[in-house]
Amino acid sequence: MKVAYFPGCSLHSTAREYDQSVRAVAPALGVQLITVEDWNCCGATSAHSLDPVLSLALPARNLARAQAAGHQVVVAPCAACFNRLKTALCQLEEGGEAAQTIQKVVGFRFHGGLQVKSLVQLFWEDVGVGAIRRRVCRPLEGLRVACYYGCLLVRPPEVAAFDDPEHPRAMDDLMAAIGAEPTSWAAATECCGASLSLVRGQVVERLVSTILAWAQRAGAEAVVTACPLCQSNLEMRRPAHIKMPIFYFTELMGLALGLPDVKRWMRAHLVDPAPVLSRFYPGVGARRGG
Amino acid sequence: MKRVGVFVCWCGRNIAETVDIEALCRQLGRDAPVAWVEDYKYMCSEPGQQLMKKAIAEQHLDAVVVAACSPNMHEVTFRLAAEAAGLNPYRLEIANIREQCSWVHRDRDQATAKALDIVRSMVEKVARDEELQPLRVPVTKRALVIGAGISGMQAALEIADAGHEVLLVERQTYIGGHMAQLSETFPTLDCASCILTPRTAEVARHPRIKLMVASEVIEVGGYVGNFVVRIRQNPTYVDWSTCTGCMECVEKCPRQVPSRFERGLGTRKAISVAFPQAVPYRPSIDAEACLYFTKGRCGICQKTCPVGAVDYEQKPVIHEEKVGAIVVATGYELFPKARIGEYGYGKYPDVIDGLEFERLNSASGPTSGRIQRPSDGKVPKEVVFIQCVGSRDQEKGVPYCSKICCMYTAKHAMLYKHKVPDGQAYVFYMDVRAGGKGYEEFIQRAVEEDGVLYLRGRVSRIFPEGSKLMVWGVDTISGEKVEIAADLVVLAMAMVPSPTARDLARVLKVSIDEHGFFSEAHPKLRPVESLSRGIYLTGCAQAPKDIPEAVAQAGSAASKVLALFSSDELLHPPTVVRVDPEICSGCGLCVKSCPYEARQIDPVSKVARVREVLCQGCGACAAACPNGATQHINFTKEQLMSMIDTFTGPPDGAGRER
Repeated sequence: MKVAYFPGCSLHSTAREYDQSVRAVAPALGVQLITVEDWNCCGATSAHSLDPVLSLALPARNLARAQAAGHQVVVAPCAACFNRLKTALCQLEEGGEAAQTIQKVVGFRFHGGLQVKSLVQLFWEDVGVGAIRRRVCRPLEGLRVACYYGCLLVRPPEVAAFDDPEHPRAMDDLMAAIGAEPTSWAAATECCGASLSLVRGQVVERLVSTILAWAQRAGAEAVVTACPLCQSNLEMRRPAHIKMPIFYFTELMGLALGLPDVKRWMRAHLVDPAPVLSRFYPGVGARRGG
Repeated sequence: MKRVGVFVCWCGRNIAETVDIEALCRQLGRDAPVAWVEDYKYMCSEPGQQLMKKAIAEQHLDAVVVAACSPNMHEVTFRLAAEAAGLNPYRLEIANIREQCSWVHRDRDQATAKALDIVRSMVEKVARDEELQPLRVPVTKRALVIGAGISGMQAALEIADAGHEVLLVERQTYIGGHMAQLSETFPTLDCASCILTPRTAEVARHPRIKLMVASEVIEVGGYVGNFVVRIRQNPTYVDWSTCTGCMECVEKCPRQVPSRFERGLGTRKAISVAFPQAVPYRPSIDAEACLYFTKGRCGICQKTCPVGAVDYEQKPVIHEEKVGAIVVATGYELFPKARIGEYGYGKYPDVIDGLEFERLNSASGPTSGRIQRPSDGKVPKEVVFIQCVGSRDQEKGVPYCSKICCMYTAKHAMLYKHKVPDGQAYVFYMDVRAGGKGYEEFIQRAVEEDGVLYLRGRVSRIFPEGSKLMVWGVDTISGEKVEIAADLVVLAMAMVPSPTARDLARVLKVSIDEHGFFSEAHPKLRPVESLSRGIYLTGCAQAPKDIPEAVAQAGSAASKVLALFSSDELLHPPTVVRVDPEICSGCGLCVKSCPYEARQIDPVSKVARVREVLCQGCGACAAACPNGATQHINFTKEQLMSMIDTFTGPPDGAGRER
């Protein structure tokens, strides 16, 4: 399966380990990622807070690049990138005034027939849990994880259009496929505070501490996410006493699939994953001393 | 030449402030066909009408234009007055210079000029109006009531008590509707079946009510006073005429399925009667559940039946009936649960809706009236009631208020406290809307005497934790987040129209609103009439309402039917279309354009015909007719062209004087 890959800015900076693990896991599952040539930032959150045209034109430009390269499916690992790309796609498909404007601004003609998927969705819908389960060589048996979708991955339902917006299960299914035990918990679709982290850190601290407390109450050892901002907020804005690692779902999948670079990805974590993961992978751990 | 009289109304200041009445009258007085002009402050008043009558008689007027408000307001008033003065009422026209002129303009000169054009165009029309007599049609004094909930039954009883035959059609196998599912009713807490069953029994034994359950109206033809209705009676697979109601078949039936009447909280047999007080008290087979129908074996009920009433071969029967009036009482359903995922309804067994709570609380319900939660049968100690689930929710639900939920939630909370005095009831609300006799006092009683805790705010999420349901909400009065570990959550779901309403509206050719409720003819002044004559609305088919209101509306709809039945003939407006058979080519465009099935091509003469009593005078066919064979009486092409000429002619009125 060949798909266009839109990594997004976060995966080039704070979430480099997400990018690395995606690039490792996808081919292992038979998915060939072809990076969208000369891609640009999707605009989140700044553009859609300030300029409606820009907020659609920025992601639309990436869709134009993908269309020009003859792709049918564009995959975004980041929840916000997925949301922006999909929103732009919906507008283009609707074909209203906004569609005319953005095509003019970007300078292309939308032909249709393009799909935008989140990476979770691609693995869940197209690769399938059965295929994933068959490739697992190091099942994460007994690892109790809380799958954290955040407020954006499956929402708004009319845009995201996959999974259940209130009771999502795509990531839970993926984790079960690699042998982990996803727990049913309260905060799976709560908001982490997102970019308020930059300006109102205390708000995010309050939200994050609630989310992590619920993960603990549900008996989870780790939280699994598909969003760079969720990951960094949950690690950075957590109360000091909660030392729960926050994994990208692709990192755990890479581990279960026996991929070689797991150690490298884990080094980027701020919460040491060793206490949770060493029983599956001795020697794995965060980088010491910065 | 006709002698036209023009009567200009000031409507207090409504018209006079913007239109220069004096100038208008002066100008009109110069026009050739205008023989008499008069103005008055309130033309619709008694002295105003007298003035018009007097002028008609003394000035020998043979056509009249009243320049006043919309014809919807006073056309009837003035036409009756004209008739009293000896003028054919169809020789009087209204020139609307209020809604279409003074109310929508500021500039006095321009408004006056426009008023002049409007009146002059009407003068042109009225000068060409024919004298007409209303059409007379006979009335079938027999009513059809669709839906046998409390409102439909009430309407049927009132019409039948007044001496007319009623056909009462119900989709379910029993009558009583949703009220049969209720335990107690607000604000008196009297038992719902205690007040309902006398009604259902009365309906069942009434000599003039013909009850048809398990039946649906599938086709309606004809018109007011003379509807022809086709009703499909669905098979119950039991011949009710021989069945004695012994229920041995039910006892022996091996197949248990969730009961729809118990809203899935209890079970019933594949052959069963919905509930113990059901009327008619006769069993029916659910073919989707029955082993005989699904697997082709069993047949125990047939073998058991001592009178041989079970008949697996029963087929739907189509009945054709003639009725003069129709009352629509199709009731409501609750908002679909799949659309409120955040509360986990349908996912967590202890999140239930209001009707399910009614069943839990009902002495004839699955728990015999003990409050036990569905998951483990424990008596819940902490119960959270959430109001406005789906209602007043423009994003995910319906924008309207479902009206009864504030009251029944208070009732639920009180009943719960009466049965579980050491339990705690919480109510999340947006507002408490308790407008009604004794309603506010009822809410106060819940708060003060029964200690129900009202929290003003919404619930964001419900999720299970152990055997509890965690309810996250906000109390907007204290500004605090609230977290309640509840044993049971009861959702006051929005009321939506019955799922059959949309199809029925199409069959009846009456309009429904954007939500699917039947539209009344006027929201204030004609609340029980549909826009189609002879079709009336009652109960929740029209809008959410409680029992007293549904009953009151039923009485009102019944009185409309009785008024219709009070004379042997109905008058139909004569302003319909007419065909000139010499010109008509039989192309059939009029048949296609008619929304009322009033046009046909005569099979013998091959020209178009008008079924006059069906014609609503909309004019669509007259516009469609390519060669002018179809003409709208008193709205002929000649009349329309003369009106248009007046509007498009020279503004100063030059050349008008003939």
